[in-house]
Amino acid sequence: MTQAQIEIQLLAMATAVACSLCGVFLLLRRMTLLSDAISHTVLIGIVLAFFLTGDMASPWLLVGATLAGVFTVLMVESLQKTGVVREDAAIGLVFPALFSIAVLLISIYSKNIHLDMDAVLVGKIALTPLPSRRLEFGEYDFGPKSLALMLAIITINLGFIILFFKELKVSTFDPAFSKAIGFNPYWIHLGLVVSVSTTAVASFDAVGSILVVALMAAPAATAYLLTDKLSIMLVWSCLIGMLSAVLGYWLAHFLDASIAGSMSTVAGAIFGITFFFAPERGLFSVWQRAKIRDRKFKLALLLVHLTQHEGTIREEEECNIERLHQHLRWDEYEARSVAFEAVETFCASQENKVLRLTPKGRIIALESLQIGTNLS
Amino acid sequence: MTGPNDKKLEFALEINDLTVSYKDKPVLWDIDLEIPQGALVGIVGPNGAGKTTLIKSILGLLNPVAGSAKILGLEIDQGIKKIAYVPQRGSVDWDFPATVFDVVQMGTYGKLGWLKRPGSKEKKLTKEALEKVGMLELANRQISQLSGGQQQRVFLARALVQHAEIYLMDEPFQGVDSTTEQSIVELLRELRNKGATALVVHHDLQTVKDYFDWVVLLNVRKIAAGPVSEVFTEANLKLAFGSRVSLGE
Amino acid sequence: MFESLSVPGLGSVVAGTALLGFLCGTLGTFAVLRKQSLMGDAISHACLPGLILAFLFFNSKESWVLMLGAAISGTLAAMVILGISRFSRVKEDSSLAITLSVFFGFGLMLLTWVQRRPDAAQAGLARFLFGQAATLLDRDVWLLAAIAIPCLVIVFLFWKQFQIVCFDRSFAQSLGIPVFFIEVLLSLLLVMVIVAGLETVGVVLMSALLVAPAVAARQWTNKLEIMTILAGVFGAFSGIAGAFLSNIGKTSIPTGPVIVLFITLIVLLSILFAPARGIVWLRFKHWRDSKVLHLDSVLSNLLNLAKEHSGKQNGHSMAMLKGISSNPSGVPRSVHKLLELGLVSEVDKGLYTPTTKGEEYLSEKTSLMGAPLK
Repeated sequence: MTQAQIEIQLLAMATAVACSLCGVFLLLRRMTLLSDAISHTVLIGIVLAFFLTGDMASPWLLVGATLAGVFTVLMVESLQKTGVVREDAAIGLVFPALFSIAVLLISIYSKNIHLDMDAVLVGKIALTPLPSRRLEFGEYDFGPKSLALMLAIITINLGFIILFFKELKVSTFDPAFSKAIGFNPYWIHLGLVVSVSTTAVASFDAVGSILVVALMAAPAATAYLLTDKLSIMLVWSCLIGMLSAVLGYWLAHFLDASIAGSMSTVAGAIFGITFFFAPERGLFSVWQRAKIRDRKFKLALLLVHLTQHEGTIREEEECNIERLHQHLRWDEYEARSVAFEAVETFCASQENKVLRLTPKGRIIALESLQIGTNLS
Repeated sequence: MTGPNDKKLEFALEINDLTVSYKDKPVLWDIDLEIPQGALVGIVGPNGAGKTTLIKSILGLLNPVAGSAKILGLEIDQGIKKIAYVPQRGSVDWDFPATVFDVVQMGTYGKLGWLKRPGSKEKKLTKEALEKVGMLELANRQISQLSGGQQQRVFLARALVQHAEIYLMDEPFQGVDSTTEQSIVELLRELRNKGATALVVHHDLQTVKDYFDWVVLLNVRKIAAGPVSEVFTEANLKLAFGSRVSLGE
Repeated sequence: MFESLSVPGLGSVVAGTALLGFLCGTLGTFAVLRKQSLMGDAISHACLPGLILAFLFFNSKESWVLMLGAAISGTLAAMVILGISRFSRVKEDSSLAITLSVFFGFGLMLLTWVQRRPDAAQAGLARFLFGQAATLLDRDVWLLAAIAIPCLVIVFLFWKQFQIVCFDRSFAQSLGIPVFFIEVLLSLLLVMVIVAGLETVGVVLMSALLVAPAVAARQWTNKLEIMTILAGVFGAFSGIAGAFLSNIGKTSIPTGPVIVLFITLIVLLSILFAPARGIVWLRFKHWRDSKVLHLDSVLSNLLNLAKEHSGKQNGHSMAMLKGISSNPSGVPRSVHKLLELGLVSEVDKGLYTPTTKGEEYLSEKTSLMGAPLK
């Protein structure tokens, strides 16, 4: 691998980590779509800052973009406060409007600046190793500027998370409680918004607006399917992000296609695989367990049914092995097979066509009846 | 099976071995119920007892794990035409663009089929139902501007417009002013006297004896069901609610 | 038929964008009422890979080919979105974000790959990102009409089902209405509308044309029929305006953003100034109501004072009233107004008491069981 390739991958990984850290909290707080909005509207912050400074590399762009992000959230919230617009509609109104203004400004003045539409969406990560974009102090070349910036962002994000871990946790899972212990969750909310905005704009240059959303949404969701603990989820999220970055890069290399697009696709593919095959929460695993549980449930149901009609006039009818499927409204085959299982496991015995409980079966039935109530 | 008197002998609702689960916790467990026609029936039980689930299962809105429900001797998809449903008020976004008249008229949609639009007959039925609940003057009011009691009346009118034989109501008295509550009870009595049956999920134990002929005590399992005088006892209530409740007589 | 206009192709553009705007506004109404505003955004972004794959497969840039591809990937995306949140613990907002960005990223990947090939012309496909109405040909408009008219006919035919399912799903089910079928139908119509709009508005900004007209229309009416049509009108108007303004003079800028800005303007004006729901109007009404409220409270305070001190003959002073009022500074003004209205009389210098008319006015007000406004 050339140094250039390494640098690009490093930047991609760093971007992924910064985004994944934000993404975890966005997911848990149901704010993921806000990241979609912010990643679009940071453009207008960049454009306006550029108009003011005339310098594409100015740090004011970062500030402008962050302000745009915060502004977006404030606009969405104030629209909701009017009472006539719901949250989803508010987001769908604010970000296209702001994004449109940005796009129009760019189109009208596009002869004078370097921003072009492709870059807005896709970023220019391939340009990372170029000389004009490097961080140089005297003779020392510290690598691409964007990498340095991204590492700084990661540090800030990590710092925010570590410093305020308790507060983040409480305000995410139990905002009412956090108010009760005297801590206003709104500050964390704001902190998160600022974090997302700065991360989005720092990533913008490298990977464009769409990939930011993908990196904030997919790795976190994948991690969500792998663990219940917040700290582990953060770790998994970063690892998956980095994996998406590297694999995405090589896919793009192989196909000679957009790196950002490939990273996005790979992140999605990883999520897809996890969705189906994750050990506990993957779809297949859930289906397996559901089938087993459903079976146990039906067995217990059958036994309870037997206790309810035991010794009654209708016993012959209700507990008749051939009539079960009618009374319980089960599939005939299923009814027989559950009945069979009951007999096999000595929970019931069969006399002629009628099922009767055994002592073991009675115990299970009584336990189920207990479980089936809310009595303390 | 057929004959002029047989309809009288049918139960309004016949529920057998009904079991409904949610994420493999039982919400309703092996329920057997026979509700007679022409009765005002209250369903009471603690939170999470499955009362709303019972109503939804009868309407076919939920799939049970086992068991069945029959409406006037008919299967659910046939019998559903004979039932009018009054859901909880919170189940709807009241900022929806509709007037009182619009909402009540929706009750006629079931009988119109795919393409027919509501016509003069439906308008007449709607007006009559609005009159019955005392909301005719407010017919053109936007529904977000209604009080709790008025919203409840609108839902009731929407059910009345169907001229059903059975009414299923989910907590109709929750958050409603006492005047409205009284008028709803009056209306239900009128319906019952004409032969209709009403099954009402009810939250206020104090008024059960005054309002209902029959009561069903539910806590995932059927604790008891029958005429109020026989079944609504301290003992049964303790069984249903645990030891923390009393009739406060 | 459109050649008769002075600018070639102008007629197509106007007809096309008007029709499209109307369609988006109308169907967007149902999306907004079902709280699926952002679903439209996700689906429209997800159309991109389908578009490009269709181009690759059929080797053609004909609109109908591209739209077919877009429809397929859009529908697929809708199913994925619903599937993820239904079958795992990932919630709907994350599900939308993932589907949106991954499909779109995949689309961009394909786009850049295609652009490297010798036979692809970049502008041809990239115009689907932000839309360009000027590229609408006559036959594109016919295609649009072929999509729009059936959609609108379906909306007209099944209008009552759409209304009841959006308002109260379980009640609709209890009437025997096939709710699932209606919801699927609505979703399919939404996909069709989005696909139809891609050429004009573009993938990125489609959601605004679905959401904004409906939100604006809601401000002006409480009847669903009118809201739907009005949303269509707003959409059509924005479409035409956008098409024109993006192509005046020599420069040609993407149409999508211009349309969006127009409709956003309409929404803002509607949110602020619409009667009965507009913010400005509500503030004014609140101000006016609070004055009436204050009048009533001063009058009833006077009445209570009179009762306590047995008889209306003894008036009470302004100072006394100020003492028991929650808004003392407003008391003089209210008293003067009450005098004007004849509800209060001055029995002696600086002493006031309610008149018979005033008593009647109050008792009428308290016996009316008027509906409290929200």
